[in-house]
Amino acid sequence: MAIVFEKPKSLTDAPLHYCPGCTHGIIHRLVAQAIDELGIEGRTIGVAPVGCAVMAYNYFSCDMVEAAHGRAPAVATGLKRSLPENIIFTYQGDGDLASIGMAETVHSATRNENITVIFVNNAIYGMTGGQMAPTSLPGQITQTSPYGRDVKTAGYPIRICELLSTLDGPEYIARVAVNNVKNVNQARKAIKKAFENQVNNKGFSLVEIVSSCPTNWGMTPIDALKWIDENMIPYYPLGVYKDRSAKEGE
Amino acid sequence: MAEKVLMKGNEAIAEAAIRAGCLHYFGYPITPQTELAAYMAKRMPKIEGGVFLQAESEIAAINMVYGVASTGKRVMTSSSSPGVSLKQEGISYIAGADLPALIVNVQRGGPGLGGIQPSQSDYFQATKGGGHGDYHLIVLTPASVQEMADLTGLAFDLADKYRMPAMLLADGTMGQMMEPVELPETAPEMIEKPWAVTGTKMQRKHNIINSLYLVPEELEKTNFERYERYAQVEKNEVRYEEYMMDDAEICVVAFGIAARVSRNAVVEARKQGIKAGLIRPITIWPFPKEAIAKAATHCKEIISVELSMGQMIEDIALASECRVPVTLCNRAGGMIPSPDQVFDSIKKAAGGNK
Repeated sequence: MAIVFEKPKSLTDAPLHYCPGCTHGIIHRLVAQAIDELGIEGRTIGVAPVGCAVMAYNYFSCDMVEAAHGRAPAVATGLKRSLPENIIFTYQGDGDLASIGMAETVHSATRNENITVIFVNNAIYGMTGGQMAPTSLPGQITQTSPYGRDVKTAGYPIRICELLSTLDGPEYIARVAVNNVKNVNQARKAIKKAFENQVNNKGFSLVEIVSSCPTNWGMTPIDALKWIDENMIPYYPLGVYKDRSAKEGE
Repeated sequence: MAEKVLMKGNEAIAEAAIRAGCLHYFGYPITPQTELAAYMAKRMPKIEGGVFLQAESEIAAINMVYGVASTGKRVMTSSSSPGVSLKQEGISYIAGADLPALIVNVQRGGPGLGGIQPSQSDYFQATKGGGHGDYHLIVLTPASVQEMADLTGLAFDLADKYRMPAMLLADGTMGQMMEPVELPETAPEMIEKPWAVTGTKMQRKHNIINSLYLVPEELEKTNFERYERYAQVEKNEVRYEEYMMDDAEICVVAFGIAARVSRNAVVEARKQGIKAGLIRPITIWPFPKEAIAKAATHCKEIISVELSMGQMIEDIALASECRVPVTLCNRAGGMIPSPDQVFDSIKKAAGGNK
């Protein structure tokens, strides 16, 4: 019988610890698929964050390093500078990448470190139980914004793709979502491109993936996916924000 | 024998590190260790595979060190006191993941922003952990430009051997002074590091560099195993120098620049008929406990000479089991005790019956 669907080889057999309805599983699969399709598993090293994906090192079958909170791009810089022929990726959430690790994010981008950054934006700190994130929407209720994010005291959400695309350094900056089949297919292409760019020595490539957290949003998985369409995507428009090679090719 | 060259202490560390096979340097500007980074910036691009990177912060720099250390290559960062405080998170992770690396602290006065003059007030931070969790660094304290070079090479070897971070704890004087130095001409032998992440090449199970253990029994086990290794370090790697200690009645303990000042004071004391001697710890972790304990059997007082408000004195009191008085002769905030000040302390300890 022909195999029509199988688990990517770049994922281990470890059962994922993520909550039911969480989109991390989809994103792990898309990353593993890109690694498989490019045939780079044997030379790939991943960097896991602090946050919900902290145990990503158990799920990817390539070599893995667990970084301190927010420091994954600095750790990835060290890895890449030491092993330029290897493929280095980080997998980070919004608190990790856009709050505590903002300096590492901006500076690895402006240095055009030849690394791939997978940025999962679900607008909340999931692992610690649902606190306000740098990307939580105005008015969003979280454990630490129980009356809704008040922009007068908590400020506004950070749009990472828009911010990074002002820099001359990075090669590729794109925002995708994983809330429906069409968007998942777009996400698959963007993630693969972000790895391909590194293989071709093009430089810093970041894919922001707008995703859901049904547990901490207090919604059913289906309502959470709808909430992405109705609330997240209007604030975080999908698209390619920077693609230097495409521009040069014009 | 290699030719002697005149070098600044900071530069001697940099050149010795390169000769020890360290081709990756990450740093952030801070006085008084700037010459080290400047030397690396000049040299590294001229060496095949050499990497110099000025990081966006001390925090980023130490995490870049963590990244390179994960690949099994020799790597270092350098800074001065306030910058080393920023590195503590990363140092704890490096220790927790059992990675070898070298951190250089060319100390300046504190706390806070402090000053830019020499100090030894990071002794506690260096020897007692510094960051969170149970761990140690191998801490080496040079007292000459020659030792800046020699101990740099040794630090890399020990870090690799015991899979733990090492610190070269110098001070502003050692960093800035120029002395003739002989540098090693042959590269050291590198040990195998099968734990390193280098890509599986599809030939082995994936390696994971990590310090997270959510099962407390497992985390406890890693702590106990690490401390078994530390016990080996304490058994095998204590280094110190004794001067006129055989018949000493007054024992001065000092490291780094304080040891050089103290040696002059001991010479003066001997001239005046006072039986003084000096113990100069070269490793302050592991601390030369046995040498101190032995001194406590034949000396009537031990004087700790420090450029701090008295930190090493606690280790001396512990090692001597308080059998004799342990007193402090110190300056702080960037000041250095004079030989006269140390001599006066020796004289006072000797009392009338010299």
